[in-house]
Amino acid sequence: MAGPASLLRLLTCGSVDDGKSTLIGRLLHDCGAVPSDKLEGLTDFSLLADGLEAEREQGITIDVAYLYFASGRRRFILADTPGHEQYTRNMATGASRAEVAIVLVDATKGVLTQTRRHATIARLLGIRSFVLAVNKMDLAGFDRARFEAIARDFVRFGAAIGIERVAAIPVCALDGDNVTARSARMPWYDGRSLLATLEAIEPEEADGTGAFRMPVQQVIRDGGARFYAGRIAAGTVRPGDSIAIAPAGTPARIARIATKDGDLDTAEAGQSVALSFAAEVDCSRGDTLFAGAAPQIADQFEATLIWMAEEPLLPGRQYLLKLGTQSVPATVQEPKYKLGIDTMEQLAARTLGLNEIGDAVIHTARPIVFEPYEASRSLGGFILIDRISAATVAAGLIRFGLRRAENVHEQSLTVTAGRRAALMLQKPRLLWFTGLSGAGKSTIANLVEAKLHARGRHTFLLDGDNVRLGLNKDLGFTAADRVENIRRAGEAAKLMMDAGLIVLTAFISPFRAERQLVREMVGAGDFIEIFVDTPLAEAERRDTKGLYRKARAGKLANFTGVDSPYEAPESPDIRIDTMAMDAEDAADLIVRHLDGDPS
Amino acid sequence: MLFSGGKDSCVMLHLARKAFFPARPPFPLLHVDTGWKFAELYTLRDQLAAEAGMELIVHRNPDAEARGINPFDHGAALHTELWKTEGLKQALDAGRFDVAFGGARRDEEMSRAKERIFSVRSASHGWDPKRQRPELWQLYNGRRAPGESLRVFPLSDWTERDIWAYVAAEKLKVASLYFAAERPTARRDGTLLIVDDERFPLAAVTRRVRVRTVGCWPLTGAVESDAADVDAVLAEMARDGTSERSGRLIDKDQPASMERKKKQGYF
Repeated sequence: MAGPASLLRLLTCGSVDDGKSTLIGRLLHDCGAVPSDKLEGLTDFSLLADGLEAEREQGITIDVAYLYFASGRRRFILADTPGHEQYTRNMATGASRAEVAIVLVDATKGVLTQTRRHATIARLLGIRSFVLAVNKMDLAGFDRARFEAIARDFVRFGAAIGIERVAAIPVCALDGDNVTARSARMPWYDGRSLLATLEAIEPEEADGTGAFRMPVQQVIRDGGARFYAGRIAAGTVRPGDSIAIAPAGTPARIARIATKDGDLDTAEAGQSVALSFAAEVDCSRGDTLFAGAAPQIADQFEATLIWMAEEPLLPGRQYLLKLGTQSVPATVQEPKYKLGIDTMEQLAARTLGLNEIGDAVIHTARPIVFEPYEASRSLGGFILIDRISAATVAAGLIRFGLRRAENVHEQSLTVTAGRRAALMLQKPRLLWFTGLSGAGKSTIANLVEAKLHARGRHTFLLDGDNVRLGLNKDLGFTAADRVENIRRAGEAAKLMMDAGLIVLTAFISPFRAERQLVREMVGAGDFIEIFVDTPLAEAERRDTKGLYRKARAGKLANFTGVDSPYEAPESPDIRIDTMAMDAEDAADLIVRHLDGDPS
Repeated sequence: MLFSGGKDSCVMLHLARKAFFPARPPFPLLHVDTGWKFAELYTLRDQLAAEAGMELIVHRNPDAEARGINPFDHGAALHTELWKTEGLKQALDAGRFDVAFGGARRDEEMSRAKERIFSVRSASHGWDPKRQRPELWQLYNGRRAPGESLRVFPLSDWTERDIWAYVAAEKLKVASLYFAAERPTARRDGTLLIVDDERFPLAAVTRRVRVRTVGCWPLTGAVESDAADVDAVLAEMARDGTSERSGRLIDKDQPASMERKKKQGYF
């Protein structure tokens, strides 16, 4: 393989109108990267850069396409991403691994709002080297003054957002001027061609330098021996080195660096290795091996988020955060601000929608090991995953940790939840009733509590309406408030379970994700999801509280089933079909379920 | 891990063995067979799997077998759909596999330029280009919603040149078909075939040829060549400007053909 120094990852920013596809097609063609069977009958260079069928029909690029070419001196991987603002996420994706951004500007139009937006996103994702290709110089009469004015404009703007290196080149992509060879039509330009510029750029050294860091990807067992495998993120390691394991801080000594081709005497950043320790210590996937100063560890930090899903951010909802090899449940607070997509100014925001960028505080369920994104892309960049759909919903860049987790300790108690429950001769449970408004949740929960009480059980019923009159009276009925409503109800229920009680709750709790959150909060075995299944038409016909009438009349916004969704449980522990049984039978069924429970 | 014994397969298997060393890769190898592969590939496939100490599952679509589907009588499109696309779906369903590794590369074909490294497939193995997850940095989302499965392409960013450079650097054993030799050949629909067995009467002419990519022998185009070792192959690639898959007849049956096949579940 050619050495890593000879590979450069590029990102192109600009729109179809600026002639971006033409420039890329020209670059590929002039570097001989276009196979002759694909050149047959080709009339338009831009066709070389397109991809999917749908895109060919629409004539625009809607995803990230990776293209491969090489000059005599270097190999290139070019991420071609769309220009329109509805594809910010694709651009961020392309930028995440690129070292150099080629920003394309139409010489007849100059630096546009879109140019500034692209450059800002590229810089945000960590790109420091920019090439400004001022295209369509033929239409600007190959005018030197015009080129220099545009270059000045961009350099001035770039300096304001932290872009240090800009190489400006006047080109005419259609005819190939200054693309791979210097143009005779612009003798006043004495700089390098685009290709020569790309060949000369020094690769980034941001990651990989500094003290040893290796996130553990997997623990490999071979007979009795354990090996800790992963890719070295920074520094070097040798057998005999004293290292430590974050976040616990446990010390360890390296015994072997094992590879299929034999043990190594040393390994460095970028290499994937399996390490063994001199003595048995506790270490698992997600831990980070380090030497020297400990990496940062926190369970709260501020981050820039790029929202990538159709469904907007729900502050308070639990997502899964993946950073390096660490995966941990995390919640996002209401954003501090979002960036105006064109002006990039900070705007007030309560959420983030598709393609929006903003800053927010994130809490993780456990402390994680990280570096600020500006210091390390691999230890500072993360993704958020929706727990139900499993889709990647956001990319995040850690700005700084907010609280050092070692300062926060859970108070350990002498009388434990188990001892309290033992005294009451019962196993604490959470009976979680969910269903539409008017489905019969409270009625059935009341009956169940009465029956349990009659048997000498210690119980407590948390009713949705009652909780909203007290603990949660500051919350409304927006999706975000519904998430918080359930989170608090779950926490309150958990405290009561710790006190030894069998807790019953009656909340609409319309979203699967939050019911899942509570299930995980209290432990799956102690959470009994009871779906009070009443069809919407029937609940609306009963309309015991007159709320459906109000909602249909437009006097009540965000009403579940009317203008706010209800996500029915896919596999509840108990399903009560209220069309088939009355409340009394339903309550008996639930009590029998508790009795029949082997535990 | 999909494994045919071809050059990309050999690289994948070698990388997997390195990644899980000193243990063995914790998954089986799967070959979706059509009965029309080159004899040499079958031998190499079995030999390499045994060397790695890994289980090799060979699946042949029983329906295609019963109907005697072959590339000569039924054409490339039907042959590929039944033996490969359908056969693969059957094999993945039978093994209830959550994840399948494949050796596809983005440089092979236009619609693959936008393929993800972790590619989500629906319960019916369909590929929806609009539902693909963004992939940032080197962070991959391996989670699945119920019913979904993943196709994972670790060689996405490799080019044909990288494959040969790796074969050379690691001294990998690959099929001799990739290197020029005198072989019985026949021209069919403008493509030069290497006649690998006698199932169809083709008047063979001896030519000095090699292949750049191997599929079913009646669908694999050979090129006349003198490149008899890896260095010569690399040098030939630098001179010659045609794409690797130009020898694959299955890509040519209709426009945007690979994208359509992928939506249906082809690898």
